This record gives sequence, structure tokens and C-alpha cells, in this order.
Amino acid sequence: MINAPEQTKVKIVEPTIFDLSSPGRTGVTMPASDVPETALPPEELLRPDLPLPELAEVDVVRHYMHLSSFNYSVDSGFYPLGSCTMKYNPKINEDTCRLPGFLYTHPLQPIETVQGNLALMYQLQEWLKEISGFAGVTLQPAAGAHGEFTGVLIMRAYHKSRGDHKRVKMLIPDSAHGTNPASSGMMGLQVVQIPSDSRGNVDLKALEAACDDTVVGMMLTNPNTLGLFDENIEKVIELVHNCGGLMYGDGANLNALLGIVRPGDLGFDVMHFNLHKTFSVPHGGGGPGSGPVGVAAHLVDFLPEPLVGIIEEGEDDMPPLYGFVKPAKTIGRMKAFHGHFGGGMVRAFTYIAMHGPDGLRDISQYAVLNANYLQARLRGTYKIPYDRICMHEFVAEGRFEGSDVRALDIAKRLMDYNFHPPTNYFPLIVHEALMIEPTETENKDTLDAFADALIKIAEEAKTNPEVVKSAPHTTKFGRMDEVKAARELVLCCWLPENYSDQ
Amino acid sequence: MTYIPISPRERDAMLETIGVKSLDDLFEDVPAKHRFPKLDLPPALTEMEVLDELSGLAQANENVHSDLISFLGAGAYNHYIPSVVDHMLRRGEFYTAYTPYQPEISQGTLQAIFEYQSLMCALTGMEVSNASHYDGATAAAEAVNLAFAQFRGKRRKVVVSPTVHPQYRAVIRTYTQGMDLELAGDDPNADLESSPENLQSLVSEDTCLVIVQYPDFFGRIYDYTKLIEAAHAKGALVCVVANPTALAMFKTPGAMGADIVVGDGQPLGIPLWYGGPSVGFFTTRKQYVHKMAGRLVGETMDSKGQRSYVLTLTAREQHIKRERATSNICTNQGLIALGTAVYLSLLGKKGLRQVAELCYQKAHYAAAQLSKIEGMGLCFSEPFFHEFALCLNRPVEEVNAHLLEHGILGGYNLGQDYPALKNHMLIAVTEMNTKEDIDALVEALSEVSHD
Amino acid sequence: MNIPTNLKYTKSDEWFDPATGAMGITDYAQSQLSDIVFVELLVEEGDTLEAGKPIASVESVKASAEIYAPAGGKVAAVNKGLADKPEAINSDPYGEAWMIQLEGAAEGDLMDSAAYEKYCAERTH
Repeated sequence: MINAPEQTKVKIVEPTIFDLSSPGRTGVTMPASDVPETALPPEELLRPDLPLPELAEVDVVRHYMHLSSFNYSVDSGFYPLGSCTMKYNPKINEDTCRLPGFLYTHPLQPIETVQGNLALMYQLQEWLKEISGFAGVTLQPAAGAHGEFTGVLIMRAYHKSRGDHKRVKMLIPDSAHGTNPASSGMMGLQVVQIPSDSRGNVDLKALEAACDDTVVGMMLTNPNTLGLFDENIEKVIELVHNCGGLMYGDGANLNALLGIVRPGDLGFDVMHFNLHKTFSVPHGGGGPGSGPVGVAAHLVDFLPEPLVGIIEEGEDDMPPLYGFVKPAKTIGRMKAFHGHFGGGMVRAFTYIAMHGPDGLRDISQYAVLNANYLQARLRGTYKIPYDRICMHEFVAEGRFEGSDVRALDIAKRLMDYNFHPPTNYFPLIVHEALMIEPTETENKDTLDAFADALIKIAEEAKTNPEVVKSAPHTTKFGRMDEVKAARELVLCCWLPENYSDQ
Repeated sequence: MTYIPISPRERDAMLETIGVKSLDDLFEDVPAKHRFPKLDLPPALTEMEVLDELSGLAQANENVHSDLISFLGAGAYNHYIPSVVDHMLRRGEFYTAYTPYQPEISQGTLQAIFEYQSLMCALTGMEVSNASHYDGATAAAEAVNLAFAQFRGKRRKVVVSPTVHPQYRAVIRTYTQGMDLELAGDDPNADLESSPENLQSLVSEDTCLVIVQYPDFFGRIYDYTKLIEAAHAKGALVCVVANPTALAMFKTPGAMGADIVVGDGQPLGIPLWYGGPSVGFFTTRKQYVHKMAGRLVGETMDSKGQRSYVLTLTAREQHIKRERATSNICTNQGLIALGTAVYLSLLGKKGLRQVAELCYQKAHYAAAQLSKIEGMGLCFSEPFFHEFALCLNRPVEEVNAHLLEHGILGGYNLGQDYPALKNHMLIAVTEMNTKEDIDALVEALSEVSHD
Repeated sequence: MNIPTNLKYTKSDEWFDPATGAMGITDYAQSQLSDIVFVELLVEEGDTLEAGKPIASVESVKASAEIYAPAGGKVAAVNKGLADKPEAINSDPYGEAWMIQLEGAAEGDLMDSAAYEKYCAERTH
């Protein structure tokens, strides 16, 4: 438990934007009105006061600059967060997505005035189809979980369209991301958990027993959250298909598969992409993401509306006319407008265009190389519960015989060595899990330094466990009192009392 | 191999440590017949070439900054974005960080979200805000999830005003497909002239939520206090979908008694970007916080006695509650939420009110001038903010084609969603439209009217 | 670990008092969940329950759990004050933090305190 020093006054490192406010300041001056004045509506329709802060531009800039300095980021160091694919985000993406033609187009403009946007979206749909082996792609979903929800809606609509109403079960491995059962739960489906076998694959016996004519389908991450490619993937898919179920692929781990294998070729029916993992869209401190969904031919008619299509074929040197089309049995609309165009699609387009087929394969090969290298360096110091050639990530146990140091402590101690910790306590099937995904954009020196730090921490756990258990020591902020936060629930701040009298 | 920093020599040393001969040997678990497909994609471009290609695509668009004068709104608005906003969003410390799961090294993101939550509460007049949803439409759909969970599925009716944005209503229909809910009021053929109190008759003991929009899709301002009282009398919750710029001058939904306020934060310093990403804000009353989806930042103290911030009440969320979670949401719109916080901090109390009043003044000037044109007129007489429905004497497509020839992006064609509003156009005016722009619109529309 | 001998126990870590019909979650359960910050009772006075039906939902700073009825019967009382004081589940799981009281309870297959103690010990490794 956290023992904060006894004191009467909490120390403030950076005041909030409300604390910094002073009456009469402003950061922006708007032009005066150039039209004849109209009377405001009746008083009772207006708000008496707008309690927003008041700051000058320099105050605002310094405040956010201070805040930015409290963050660890990919730009500042190694960020091996498992299942999150924290790769380097190329700077050119930041320029392309801010080209004025993209930045200042309205989503409801006539299609003739936005052919550049539509051509880009069409091309991206085509590229994602080619990369994944699917027949259709929607770019609308805003994030991975949103894509999953889209996929589950499509699966349900498919069964319903065939008059098959008794399917209510979704099969989900015990190693799955929490979004998989949550997406199914949102549809009122019953989640059936399928265990993993001793090699980290789906347990085929348990799967076979669960497969019957009430199965909507299975949601599978492959490579799974242990970083392992399922050795029986074709058999798994066959079992699900044989009972009439559909196979959903969670594309969170697609960074291992570019140019290696296409999920559509393996027999997956639906899959979401995470453009913010695989295709270098930055994570933005928690979003925005972008979660396009690909489907096999028999599901194309169910995709959300609208898709980008060719309205009139081009001729010779005339490009085609792109526009929106509505799939015949569409599940409907997933969000307003067309998805995360600027933040997601333009960046991903730039990234794919700069890699080409060989470059994409390099990405996955080096992502897998880096993960296996780290695994090899740490084997012997940390227990690897499912120890075989991994894909883009692997899971180690953050505990040692005869020591009460936990994965959480190791994670915090890594901060003292200037590394972002791996994902911990996930997947749930590994005790004290440390889930490590280095990505392809790290060099050998960084990987070695990280492995050295982890090996050093393992030593410390034996020789000086207190230093690990009370880490981090070198960061600006120490461990947080999470119980206080949840019990007191201070969720916002305001202008100080008697603010206007200042 | 543009971004891979490993030399062939290093690669070989690493392969040796692993104990395999080649990169290809790492993929033996992948079924051989599908391994290493040849992808039919164009060859790699250099940075110089890709910038050229993307610039070409961007220039193939007509944008509302330098090519067109825009009077198009309908849920996405062309406002001025102070320079500072993008400078902050371009800080790698913000945009290349992940979700702040390690609070010791994520206080920048955490405090920024806490401030965003605070700003949204101040703007909507509510008590708590989450860290954001994908957009206004999905935030409205999540309001249904909250209300449905609040009554534990015992109330199965949602009343949706037909004057909620058509795409928002469409998203609510998509989201609720598996919930066995009745959506009442979601009827484009309903009487659109009538006041919101008419929705009251649809609210029953079985209603979990009533959803209205403020200003409504036609730009009209209503005080929903009476409707909210009536809904509460039946035990239902009320969600108001609000335009955040309007909230700088008009009575807050919080003051009307709303239980949930959602909306799209794009007008607060976020570029149009062809519709996304934007940010969906979601505020509610403290009593519903445990049923609210999405991430939430709370204040606490660290081991050094410093005020600090953490993600809190995380056991509500999908990674812990799995299939029992209210929603599957994981990613929020962190960076875009940061953008709105920077915008609101810069404009502040006076600046935002000024923007709202400029919109109001210019829209009213435009409405007054346009309604003088023979054969045209305002559809509705209620007070409005910065959007209004204009009745034309010919099809909207035809009028908009004419406007486009004059470099004007005309309004939204209401007939595509509301059969009764054939030949009606929804016009949006913001502080970006000068009197000269408005006069040009009036002149171009006078021409069509007399053709 | 506090395991009162006068109570009966379920495999999902609820306790049941055959004398009063009261029930709640055990000391073991609260220690596994850690600091509890939210509790929602899912049943009302007068409801008729079957054993195994969810009666409450509990969230701590790091976990969430459904709480199930240890026995069938009619809900005679619910602890309405608990929602405002979820931390009582940590401090007094067998007393102040009772959840509901059943009337005419049909006991299911419950463990006595010795069996439950053994069951808890098995799981701590």
C-alpha cells in the first residue's frame, strides 16, 4: 500500500488551467462583427455565466509544455507495451495528414469536390484488402473495439439473413483481449470461454465440445496474446466453420503478419485492423485510433454504410468518379460521417505507400526478429511459460522463486532505467505477466540495454528487493494512491471561489 | 526498410542468439501453403515521392479554406483554429504516448484529460465527464447504453426526437440492434413544426431514455426544462445532444435538468478533416458515473505527496469487466480531447462567448437577407443559433450546383432525410463567414430564384 | 482469515447465515478484490430468488465481481445503506456489509466453515 507522508498541504507540481486563470486575460482576440446587430434571444434562454478559465497565449503554451514534459513517449524512448505496437511514428505522416486539401474539407461536400479524399479512401480499401486477403473493407470504425463491434454486428446479421435465429454463443479463448467479450456482450451474446493448451494454442478438444448449431462464431487473436501463432489454426477455423460459425480475427497483432500470411487466406471471415498499431498512426495518449474491418466475400453485403466505390469508370487519361455506395444488406452506420479520415487514413496511406510489398514484409520480419531476440536474451532469467519461437511479442513471468517482488514492481523499476514498462497482468492466463512487444523500429543497442536492465532488476529482486518494491525512484512522480482516487472521486476542478473578486 | 534501424550484421548476430539461420525460419508455425504471399501493391515510394503524391490528392479537393466559401454545417463546422492548438498537438510527448496506464510517467496526458473533463463540465453545466468517445453520434449511442444499464434492462424504450441529427439517429439504430429495444419518435415524417413537449406523449413507464438535440438539427433553440420534468416524472433519463459553441451563450442542459449531455467537440478547435477524427464529449450527473462507459481520470496524491492524476473506476471497463461491461470502448480520442482543451483554455470565458455571438449575429444577418429573396423564406420561426432551414422554390441540388459555380459551398439538403422538407436547405454561418461572403450567397441565390 | 463457524459458505465466496437468512461476501473474497469502491444490489425486497442468481455487483480498484444468492427464497430485506458505504465490505464483511436477507431460504449445497477454510487454503497457492 502507498504511504503518503503525513502533511496538511498537497504539493502542486503544475497548477491546473483553472488555477492559472486570472480575470480579464484572453488568449485570442476575435474580429469585431461586420454585420448589423441583431438582438440576442430572451434572457431566459441564455446562460448567466460561462465559468471557463482566462489566460494569455503564453500562459497556455507554457502550461501544456510543462504537462508534455511529464509524459514518456515513443519519441523519447523504448515503449515495449505488449499488444499495443508502439512503433516509431514517421514524421512525414504528420505533414501529409495536415495538407490543407485534407484538413479543410467538409464531410458533406458534393463528391465532385472531394475526389482526392475519395480516391485515397478507395485506394486504402483496396490495399487493406490485398494485405489481408479479404473481399471488402470498411474504413468507418473509429478504433479497434469499434471495429470488433462492427464485426460482431455483421456476423449476427449474416446468420439472421439466413433465417438462422438460434445462434447466441460467441467462443472466445481465455487469452483474449477484454474488448472481445465486451463487444459480444453489447450484442447480448453469451460468451463461452475456450481454454488454451500447454503450447499456448486453442485447446482443440474444448473447442470441438463447444461447437454446435448455437455458435455465432469465434473471436480469435492470431498470433494470440502470448505472441504465439496458433499451430493448429487451420483446424480451429475448420471446427468453427463446420458448425456453421464464422471466424472473427482480432487484428491487434497484425504487425506480425504483413506479407507473412493473409488472414483471409487462412479462412477468417471478418477481421479488424488497428491502423494505430500496425500502420503507424500515433496513439495520441489514448486515441484517436482507426479500426477498419475486412470481410470475406459472403459478408460484403453486410458492411456498414457507406463504402467508397467507383460511380463512373474512368477512361484513358480521365480518372474514375469516386463516390459512396450502400451495401445491399448493410448493418447501418457505425459513426457520423466517414471514419477517421485525417488522423487515421491519410497517415496509414502514407505509410503503406512508402513501404510497398517488400517493405511491409520487412516490418513483420523484423518485429518478429526483435521479439525473439529479446526472448532469447531473457530466457534463463525470467520464466517464459510458453517457450517457443514467438511472433512479434512474448510473455514472461514477473516473479521469482522465494521473492515477493511482483510484475508490477518490475514494471515500476524499469522506469528508473528510463524504459516504459511492458504490459503487465495481461494475458490473464499467465501469473504476473510481463507482455513484451519491442516492434521493428528499435535497434539492437536498445534491445540489449532493455534486456540488461531486466536482468539487473532480477538480481535486485534477490539482493535488494526493497529498491524494486518501492520503485520508481527517479521519476518526477511516485506511485499513486489509486484507492484515494476511487473513493474520493474528484473528477473535475473549477475556477477558485470568489474568482471574479480577484 | 525505411524505419528499421538494424544492420545486416546486427541481424545475423541476433539470429545466432535466437538459434535460427534466417528470418524466414521464424515463421514455421504459419501454414506453408499460405506463407509469404506475394502482395500486389505498388512499389515503395521515398518520402519526397510520397509527399508529392499526397499533395496531388489533397489538391484534387476543393477546400473551404482557399477554394470555397462554406455555408455547410449539419454536424461539422468551419471555425477558426488558433495556431497554438496544432503546435501543442504536434508535441511528440503527447501524440506518441499511449493510454496513461503508467501514471508516474503519464501525468501530462492525465492532467490534460482531467482539465478536459473539467472544461466539459463547465460548458455543459454537468458534474462529471469521461475522457471522451469517438464522436457525437457514438456518444449519443453510449447514452442509451448508460440508461439501459441504469435500469438493468427493465425499461426497454428509448424516445428519440426526429430533430436529432439523422446520422446520430442512424448510429443509435445500429448500436441497439441486439438490445431488443423500442426506438420511439425516430420518424422523419413526424410533425417537425411542433414543440419538443409533443414528445412527452411517447414517454412511458417503460422508457429508459429520451434524446433531444440542442440546438436541434434545424438550428432551433428550445428550453427543454418542461420536457425533462415530464420525463423525470415517468422515471426516465434525458440526454441532450448539444453543440458546444452554442453552450457558450445559451442556457446549459445542466440547468434544464438533463441527466446526460453529449455532443461532438469538433467545433472546439478541431479541423473538419473530412469528418474525422473529432471527439465525442459525454457528461452526466455523479450518481450515474458507475454506469458511464469510457475512461475517467480522477485526482489523487503520489508517494511524494504531490497532487497527481490516475485513471479511476477502471473496474467498470471492458479489460476488467469483460462481457459484463456497459460498453466495449477502449480507445478514446485523447489527442483530440487535448486539442479542445487547448482551444477552450485559449479562448476562455470571453473568447468563446465572442465566437458564439459572432456566429449568432452573422447567421441572423444571413437569414434576414435571404428571407427577403422572392420565393424563399425561413421554415421555422423559433429562435435559432447559427443554422437555419431555408425554403427554396426549386430542388436543393440545382441550387447548390449553381452556388458551386460561384465558389460557394451551399447548405445541407434536408429533403434527403425529411420527405416534408423537399426543397429545403440547412444553412450554417460561423465567424469564418464575412459580411461579404454572406452578401455573395444572397446575390447568387437571388439569381437562381429569378431564373 | 476470518471464517465464522456459525455460517455456511459457497464456492463463489458468499456467506449465508442459516439462523437469520442474511448473506454477504466472505473475508477471503474482500481481500482478493482489495479496496471496494462500488456495490450495486440487483434485487429488491419481495423478489423471489433461486440459488445462484446474481444479487449484487461489486467493483474494487482493480477487479469486479458478481455476487450470487447462496440459497433460494424470498428477499425479506436489502441493505440499502451499503451502496453509500462500499468500503464496509472490506472492514466488516460479516456484519455491517450484509447484502440481503432471505426468508424461507432453501439452502443449496453449502460448505461449513472447516470445508471453506480448506477451500480457501487450496487457492492461495
